[in-house]
Amino acid sequence: MTQETNFWRHRARHLMMGGMLTLALFLGVATLSAKPAWQSHPPDAAFIRLSFNHSGVRNCRKRTPKELAKLPPNMRAKDLCDRRRAPVRVEMDINGRRAFAAKLAPSGFFGSGPSRIYQKFEVPAGDYHVDVRLADDPAVAGFAYSASYDIKLAPAQSTAIDFNAANGGFFLH
Amino acid sequence: MVGVRTTVRRGFDRIERALDRVFGSDWNPLAQLGPLGWFLFWIVAGTGLYLFVFFDTGVTKAYASVKWLSDDLWWHAGVARSLHRYASDLMVLVMFTHLVREWAMDRYRGKRWFSWVTGVPVIWFVYMSGITGYWLVWDSLAQYVALTTTELLDTLGIFAEPIARNFLSPELLSSRFFTLMVFLHIAIPLLLLLLMWVHVQRITEARTKPPRGLGAITLGALIVSALVLPAPLGPPADLAIIPARVEMDWFLLSLYPVIESVPAGVVWAGVVVFTVLLAGLPWMPGRREGGAAEVFLDHCNGCARCVADCPYSAITLGPRSDALPFSHEARVNAARCVSCGICMGSCPSSTPFRRTSDLITGIDLPDRPLAALRAEVIATASALQGQGRVLTLACAYGAAGGEAEGRVVLPCVAMAPPSLIDFIISRGLADGVMVTGCSERDCYNRLGGQWTRERFARERDPYLRARVPRERIRVVWAGPTEIERSDAARADFSRELAALPAYEHLRPLDEDEAAEAEASVQKWIAQ
Repeated sequence: MTQETNFWRHRARHLMMGGMLTLALFLGVATLSAKPAWQSHPPDAAFIRLSFNHSGVRNCRKRTPKELAKLPPNMRAKDLCDRRRAPVRVEMDINGRRAFAAKLAPSGFFGSGPSRIYQKFEVPAGDYHVDVRLADDPAVAGFAYSASYDIKLAPAQSTAIDFNAANGGFFLH
Repeated sequence: MVGVRTTVRRGFDRIERALDRVFGSDWNPLAQLGPLGWFLFWIVAGTGLYLFVFFDTGVTKAYASVKWLSDDLWWHAGVARSLHRYASDLMVLVMFTHLVREWAMDRYRGKRWFSWVTGVPVIWFVYMSGITGYWLVWDSLAQYVALTTTELLDTLGIFAEPIARNFLSPELLSSRFFTLMVFLHIAIPLLLLLLMWVHVQRITEARTKPPRGLGAITLGALIVSALVLPAPLGPPADLAIIPARVEMDWFLLSLYPVIESVPAGVVWAGVVVFTVLLAGLPWMPGRREGGAAEVFLDHCNGCARCVADCPYSAITLGPRSDALPFSHEARVNAARCVSCGICMGSCPSSTPFRRTSDLITGIDLPDRPLAALRAEVIATASALQGQGRVLTLACAYGAAGGEAEGRVVLPCVAMAPPSLIDFIISRGLADGVMVTGCSERDCYNRLGGQWTRERFARERDPYLRARVPRERIRVVWAGPTEIERSDAARADFSRELAALPAYEHLRPLDEDEAAEAEASVQKWIAQ
């Protein structure tokens, strides 16, 4: 047998044995690419998500006539406001029990941006009564916005509570 | 740490020896992990471009287009999708095996830190490429990945509004979001390619493609896997629910169960600590290496053989800085030189036959100069007795890396210039020379094994002279776990040499040479 024939015999063996071993490995990889499945949360769990962007009020006062006179005519805004916005207070009760309460700081380096929140609450599937309240002006006592919802949640179902002051306050997705 | 590394290295050596038998040493996949990583990247890139032809970026159309190409066009686009996914998974496997192997081989410290450190961001870009790809399918797994990822990113507090809000309801999710994801899924792999290119910048002749046979095996096995187990597609994403159970990809998405199980702060701290520790590993502790190679211009004509042979791009040619009538000279970048000595072995001036009081070559190692090597060879050979005297030139990282009688241990066998073999045999210092390299499949210094084979086969300068009797040379490639085989090969070789007639062209050292040799040996011993 010539050296070349011997070489190609070895190569054929390498192709066959190497190919089979590689295929076995790749089939293992393909299997692990989808199995075993991951149970992210219990099968009977459902979710209530509370998420919104809302800007707290600014602390403003009226400029005096003397202050206005000192300004160039094109810059005589009547109100003088702090750059920083007030924090937004939010509370949420589920079935009468406090599930969440927070004072959401305004965003941005100088606190000039909106307060924002994204909170996910995992609950067993079932019926829930949710009360949610929001206050965006520390000068006003109590909560300027509130809403109550009766929510029925199937397993894995998710309901989102959002907020838009221009549209009257809280709403459900 | 050293004990663990040695154990892991020996484990790799044993597995690779078994794979040598299955694939052949030149197709051994564990010795081709870097090239395989590149090959898989190109498979992912090629199939990705092909899939883009059929993919639609609309909110509702994304899933429909993937289902269409998976079901109706399964025989080409469906196979391409499976190849895209499985090659990505294999990239993760290849990448981490490559990382552990380079660590075990101790090829990540000292002057070789650059390749290690630039490999660290590659890990994260591979993950990011894969994760952004999963979003595009927009099935239940995509929804799970999108939600978990955005909830984690939102904990950073750097976005104008929580990006997880995009997934509160279908009306909040626009097709532009998918356009953005397609852009990211193209941009991130392009950056990955750039990083992979940077990763191989400080090595010569970087291997970016596997041998054809191994490439064919890899591609063939991938195609068969894609046909046997097509990539699954879950139910379409439904933002009214949060998927409870997903068919997890345990390669690209294995961090997601961790993300769900521990607080976000721990995840981010873990990412930072892992990255910093991994990137800092070359200095924990650092590696002590010999001094960088030095060029001696009186003996350098700028032939560029050392430039071509240096595995670490440490040597370049520059304009001549002295008055000698040559256009170029070799220059060493000390920050890249690992003192492997391959340059010394490649220099035509590195001949032990030269009779000067101080044997100086064109490029030499300050801690292991050619003169000292010659003296060590003479001293070691003088201790050999009886018939079939074998002098072994051994790689420090192979089976014969330990000190033993009749053995000269080198940082790389390619450090020995072919003329040294000629010198040993023709001067009768030994009856034969055994060259024991670290392993045939993979040289510790990347190219030393290849250069040695080619020099001995007279395919690469400097050639082993034709006059050197080949029956008196034995080349053995043996990894650290093959000491018995290496010793047996040496014993066999010794017996064969003993049976040979006396070498007829023997030219023993004359009195002057012997005196010079003795002086150099004494000088070497004194040092």
